[in-house]
Amino acid sequence: MDHITAPIEVHGLTKRHGHVIAVDALSFDVQPGRVTGFLGPNGAGKSTTMRIVVGLDRPDNGGTRINGMPYNRLRWPLREVGALLETKAFHPGRSARGHLGALAAGGGIPRRRVEEVLDLVGLTNAAGRRAGTFSLGMAQRLGIAAAMLGDPGVLLLDEPANGLDPVGIRWLRDLLRSLAAEGRAVLVSSHLIGEMALTADQVVVIDNGRLRADTTLAALTAEHGSLENAFLTLTTNGEGGRDGDRDQATDVGRIPTRRNP
Amino acid sequence: MSTVSTHDRGYGYAHAVRMEWIKLRTLRSTRWTLLAAIASAIGIATAVGASEHTDPVSDVTNSILSGVAPGLLLLGILGVLTMTSEYSSGMILATLAAVPNRLRLLAAKATVFGLAALAVGEAAAFLAFFAGSAALPQGQPAPALDQPAVLRAVVLSGAGLSLVSLLGLGLGAILRHSAVALAVFVVGALLVGQFALVFAPSAARYVPLGIVANSLAVATPKADALSPWAGLGLLCLYAAVALGAGGWLLTRRDS
Ligand SMILES: Nc1ncnc2c1ncn2[C@@H]1O[C@H](COP(=O)(O)OP(=O)(O)O)[C@@H](O)[C@H]1O
Ligand SMILES: [Mg+2]
Repeated sequence: MDHITAPIEVHGLTKRHGHVIAVDALSFDVQPGRVTGFLGPNGAGKSTTMRIVVGLDRPDNGGTRINGMPYNRLRWPLREVGALLETKAFHPGRSARGHLGALAAGGGIPRRRVEEVLDLVGLTNAAGRRAGTFSLGMAQRLGIAAAMLGDPGVLLLDEPANGLDPVGIRWLRDLLRSLAAEGRAVLVSSHLIGEMALTADQVVVIDNGRLRADTTLAALTAEHGSLENAFLTLTTNGEGGRDGDRDQATDVGRIPTRRNP
Repeated sequence: MSTVSTHDRGYGYAHAVRMEWIKLRTLRSTRWTLLAAIASAIGIATAVGASEHTDPVSDVTNSILSGVAPGLLLLGILGVLTMTSEYSSGMILATLAAVPNRLRLLAAKATVFGLAALAVGEAAAFLAFFAGSAALPQGQPAPALDQPAVLRAVVLSGAGLSLVSLLGLGLGAILRHSAVALAVFVVGALLVGQFALVFAPSAARYVPLGIVANSLAVATPKADALSPWAGLGLLCLYAAVALGAGGWLLTRRDS
């Protein structure tokens, strides 16, 4: 096996959903010690990429590794990787404490971590309540608690700011920055450019499943004036799309799907 | 941050079992459904026992054990939902993050849920038997557990409930959508028997509900039904095929 270049490696990844090429020969690395922003318009392929990294979907070509291993070969997956892929990844009838307790048991994680992560995300007082009664922001916090359960060195968060209020967004930003400062690899997807400009050190921009940029935030903003300008120039949402023709570039070959009508 | 040592085989089946056991215990709806399976068995067995007429050739044990029928439905539905609710709620993402090995996960679910359903099924069958026997009218000879055929009928009824619930779990893994899987389970495992009785009477003996009612829960084997042990074997086969197909699909499909 070739040597490990980064905690998260995406190599030549291709994934089709029927006629839609969701991810197209995508390669990038996510390094430790920084927040890597994963940017792209809706439907760019961010979620698909992250689902493959954590072993939920199978690629058609290429692959992904975490600490040099495909996800399903990790010995203690929850201790190596924390993932937040959807706002609601819990049974609505179970309490937050019960949910985290079950995951801790599955991941071989000591029970006391449950109370620690509940405290970390500020859900201690709601921990006995049915999680189905949680607001969007609380659900998101529960997801972050689950991701932090194994104290992992690698974190993947798909649109974690969804449903958070300004206080929550600020809290999340500080959390992500401090997790990266502790030496963890943090990959955060978002289509909210303003938020990314404040959170990320490194930026990976994709569009139509293809890599458009993989550089530091500083370099990207220096080149384009702002991250927003960079985003609009690099993706087909903006005037300066790949083909210089927005309608063609966005609509041709895209077929409405179940997830993204 | 956690570090992982090199001489460590990692998470295994036992971790998955512990996870599923906590999941089972921490849902109030599950506890109520299991209780309802037992309560309904006692209630119906009591009613059936009290209305039993003196008829020396009838199989009183079989009549009383008809009390487990609603429990069969409840446990089967619970089996289906144990799997499909993972998908409808999004919980499957968290579950597979902890236990990415699909076969290990399904094996753990089947172990935990199958054993819980066995305990509940046996409790329902024995309590139904005692309640129904106690409710028999004066002069009606009561069956006794020291008759091997009676004991077999009670024990196999409980086992039948567990096997049907595992069939439900397997169907849930195959179909993943609650409504679809529930429809297939209710029609396939239970209702088909009613049609079969009318249109193809000889096929009725192979329907899960019919097997429990006419092959397992009998002190006196019925002529038009499978023998108790053949019935038990066929139910095992159904559950094994459903779980096997479910496991095969889980490893091959995107989640
Ligand atoms: N399960 C699926 N079935 C069919 N198409 C899908 C599925 N998941 C994603 N897609 C399609 O793949 C493309 C990428 O989607 P996604 O990865 O969700 O993008 P993003 O997260 O960047 O918004 C979209 O065109 C989407 O419609
Ligand atoms: Mg997405």
